[in-house]
Amino acid sequence: MVERQSPLEPEFHVGSHGNFEHGVEILLTETKPGSIVQLAAWPGEEKKLIASIRSVTGLALPDGAGGGSSDGVKSVFGFAPGKFTVADEAEGLAASFAKAVTPSVGTVTDLSYGRTAIRIAGPKAEWVLAKFFAIDFALPAFPVGAGRSTAHHDVFAQIQRTGADQFDIYVFRSFARSFWKALCHASEEVGYEVQ
Amino acid sequence: MLITCPYCGPRDVIEFTYQGDGNRERPDPASQNFEAWNAYVYDRLNPAGDHNEIWQHSGGCRAHLRVVRNTLTHEISSVAFVRGDHGSSARHKAEDKA
Repeated sequence: MVERQSPLEPEFHVGSHGNFEHGVEILLTETKPGSIVQLAAWPGEEKKLIASIRSVTGLALPDGAGGGSSDGVKSVFGFAPGKFTVADEAEGLAASFAKAVTPSVGTVTDLSYGRTAIRIAGPKAEWVLAKFFAIDFALPAFPVGAGRSTAHHDVFAQIQRTGADQFDIYVFRSFARSFWKALCHASEEVGYEVQ
Repeated sequence: MLITCPYCGPRDVIEFTYQGDGNRERPDPASQNFEAWNAYVYDRLNPAGDHNEIWQHSGGCRAHLRVVRNTLTHEISSVAFVRGDHGSSARHKAEDKA
């Protein structure tokens, strides 16, 4: 496989930044999953697709819109009716799904090179994201594992909560650097560390 | 204005795109009935009150939605998938109001 370069690289400065004299309240990093795949079920085939996701990743999807789960290596969440994003630290997820998801069940789209995954964590993560997106980030409304589709200034973002104060944001690779810079600026006032 | 997407929940109107009047019925594409085509393209009810509309949640799940909006108050009284129910994937029932 060709070595993948990060689109964030020119603006990715490891270390503490902003107003961190009183402690760092935000951690920013790029998770660099080896595979990012979107799956879509034809109407009525959703349950078969969910079964395929379980057989390929071992992850069970909770019932309901935007439901998802993560085991720290693989992640899955619903982002639209009958549609799911799956990410894996390892490469080759699209090939595994191409075998498991037959054309009569749905479609598999490999977005490994099309999306960039940015992780924001820390006690102020909800607070910083609330500056960007007009959705409810409180834990009861947005449980761990769940996913949300939304947009920031017309740039699509899919957000999965992977911890009580940790979110993974999937953005278009071509917009990732400007989104990353915006995220850094928004985190300045509480102090952030890039890892 | 908030629209409660049946999949995503209440979202700001900025995430949605208006797709036109929901009362129109498209004639059969092979139809030669020019009056029916004329009505489809030009005739609008323009009510002062509840109005059937099609919206797309273009900044979210991208589903097309059947919305009833009051043109005087902007109150949204019902939202449903155009394509029908998506089974258990719907978080908010259509009767939930924004």
